[in-house]
Amino acid sequence: MNKPLNTPRAGLRLGGDTREVLVMAALLVASIALFSFAAPGFLGAANFNSMAMQLPELGLLSLAMLVPIISGGLNLSVTFTANIAGLATAWLVQGVLGDLGLASAPLAIIAGLGVGAAAGCLIGVIVAYVGAHPILVSLGAMIFLQGLGEFLTRGGGLSGMPEAFQVIGAGHFLGVPMPMWIFLGAAAVLFYIMHFTRTGFSIYMLGSNARATEYSGINVKRVLIVVYTLSGLLAGLAGMVMLARFNSVRVGHGESYLLITVLACFLAGANPFGGFGRVLPLVLGLMSLQVIASGMNLMGASQHLATAVWGGFLIIVMALRMPFLKQS
Amino acid sequence: MSDIAIRARHVSKVFGQSRVLDDVEFELRRGEVLCLAGENGCGKSTLIKIINGVYTPEPGVEFTFGDETLSAISPLEARSRGIHVIWQDLALFPHLTVAENIVFDDYVARPWRPLSARRALDEARAIIARFGLDLDPAARVEELSIAHRQLVAICRVLRAGASIIFMDEPTASLTYKEVQSLLDITRSLAAQGISIVLVSHRLAEVLDVCQRVTVLRNGRLVGTYPTEGMTQARLSTLMTGLELEHTPRASAWKGAPVLELQDLSREGEFENVSFTLHRGEILGLTGLLGAGRSELAHAIFGMTRPTGGQMFKDGKPLKLRSNRDAVRHQIAYLSEDRLNLGLVQNQSIEMNSAVTVLPALEKPRGFLSPGRIKALTAHWIQELKTKVSDPTLAVSSLSGGNQQRVALAKWLATEPDVLILDCPTIGVDVGAKAGIFEIIRELADQGMAIILISDEAGEIWMNTDRALVLREGRVACEIIPAETTEEALEAVINA
Repeated sequence: MNKPLNTPRAGLRLGGDTREVLVMAALLVASIALFSFAAPGFLGAANFNSMAMQLPELGLLSLAMLVPIISGGLNLSVTFTANIAGLATAWLVQGVLGDLGLASAPLAIIAGLGVGAAAGCLIGVIVAYVGAHPILVSLGAMIFLQGLGEFLTRGGGLSGMPEAFQVIGAGHFLGVPMPMWIFLGAAAVLFYIMHFTRTGFSIYMLGSNARATEYSGINVKRVLIVVYTLSGLLAGLAGMVMLARFNSVRVGHGESYLLITVLACFLAGANPFGGFGRVLPLVLGLMSLQVIASGMNLMGASQHLATAVWGGFLIIVMALRMPFLKQS
Repeated sequence: MSDIAIRARHVSKVFGQSRVLDDVEFELRRGEVLCLAGENGCGKSTLIKIINGVYTPEPGVEFTFGDETLSAISPLEARSRGIHVIWQDLALFPHLTVAENIVFDDYVARPWRPLSARRALDEARAIIARFGLDLDPAARVEELSIAHRQLVAICRVLRAGASIIFMDEPTASLTYKEVQSLLDITRSLAAQGISIVLVSHRLAEVLDVCQRVTVLRNGRLVGTYPTEGMTQARLSTLMTGLELEHTPRASAWKGAPVLELQDLSREGEFENVSFTLHRGEILGLTGLLGAGRSELAHAIFGMTRPTGGQMFKDGKPLKLRSNRDAVRHQIAYLSEDRLNLGLVQNQSIEMNSAVTVLPALEKPRGFLSPGRIKALTAHWIQELKTKVSDPTLAVSSLSGGNQQRVALAKWLATEPDVLILDCPTIGVDVGAKAGIFEIIRELADQGMAIILISDEAGEIWMNTDRALVLREGRVACEIIPAETTEEALEAVINA
């Protein structure tokens, strides 16, 4: 039996599941249409600017949540991983690395990202080798990181970052805020990893059935470690954006985002049992959530009401999706 | 009282464009064991669901119970007439006790009645004793073997007053002894006037226990035949409409030794297994379930570490630390558990076809090409004649035979020297089985060394050059099928 020779045309896989993408795009267009009608000033540049400033934190944390969810797990420690990574960077840049001048910020950022990745890696190692459920392991890690952070900062915060962080937190490139570029860049890289690398392929397989994947000759333990390391790295990146935007870091910053990241992933069609979930619908879904929040804010509604609307939104999308899921 | 338990005439069912059942007649006598035979997709399940009231058939149908004739059956009607189905998954509650499972229907029927663990135990005991079964009513179902769970399911329908029981593949995952005792129970239920319809792919046991067999093919009734005088070969011809060969494999050319085992042992699993496997050879590995067949295969595939003895591949010592090592040494293993271990059921046919050869599909490094994955999948679909409408669909959308072809494809893609096939025809139709063995023989003719694990004497007899019979982890004897009969082989396996 001979091997396949030539490569036939590879169709563009809109992130694999075209329907999910279309649904999310439709939601985004619908919510933009609604609020440009109902909310004064929604279509103004100022509003778009502020949306693009706010979205990336939740967005990066959601990406950090998406990867473990696809692998059939969960990473409950994303927000505190972000805090610890931010703390590490702030501490380094204000302390040891402070004297290095211009080089101090990039070095401190790399170190902070490393701390995030290390926290994730630790979770991955425990999940892979101990075999404990990711919810338990990451819950433990979450409490541990929270306690550790509060102990080190004595409940206070670190503030006053060097100039360089202003570029990240408030700078623009081609008229789009830097945090948005960082988020889009991270999403693009993650999209590539999930769809065009062995690692991504293995994560989807592993999420559906870890044992069958192992029987196929995939190093499941290694893939699990990569999953959580990647998650920690993305959370660390979220930590950097938060640090730069607030010019300070405190343990507990962004804590309320945790469950919303889970919501965003499920909204975008990720399967709670693993194996399914795409980057592109998640990005579009996050944009819809941001449009709703900003739109309602412009209409003078309270921020808490926006949160309630998000929850309702998720339930409605789930209900609408069910008949399709049952069909397939 | 007539001796007909139920008769259904002019049963048809249309789903969308396709006519799944076409004017089928079904008749079940009181106290008989009837086999409902046919390949997957022939309409067996649809017929069962119609008689059970789950599906509504097309108008014109007639159900006769004694001298009563009905033109429709609702699920409630079916229940009140004692019709029960035991599906393959048994639908038990694993965390409840045997007794609670058996009396479960009471809880549903009378939800206001307080639960009494003692009454449940007493009532369960009564049922178990009445049919002389071996069951502990206080045990939790999850702790029981599949065979015992089967008994719980039977007790549950008996307790609910079943007089007509449909059993869907009840013997699929039982050992030989368990099958025999289940068949005995079936006989004794029938002797007490209960009518039983058995759905099974194992033709030998069908002919053994059933009085008559009703054969469906492509939604039509082929006929109902007494099992007396019926042979397996004739039955498979009736089911598939094809004349299948039934001769031992003509021992073919044998090439150089490729895999050698010397006193390979693993504590508690198998002991001192030695053999030499040659290129182009099909070596049968048989014996009862639990004789150590799959365990041995796992060790050769690097999933477990042997505790003694040695392996050689192409004359060089073979030490495997994981199944990835085995794949690197061109050893492949097709698992017997296609549902849980063999394939990732929810993921696409493409992904399942490619999962074993990802490094080769990654060109340039760091880019896993979707085009290459598609090409590979298409290649093997064509090569193995797999029936696939869309390779991006989940593997679970395929029939058992086609799933097995995908599982074969994913291992053939690794270009193995040694291919271990662990019960490759479980849950596969008679016709599709023949197709799979055709592929296997062709691979051997091209020089691949194949280990075929099976507990079906017929499969071993027809498809192997040589067979090792394992008994309690040891090689009990070696048999050359061409020099013996199928019956003699069967006797050795079950000894």
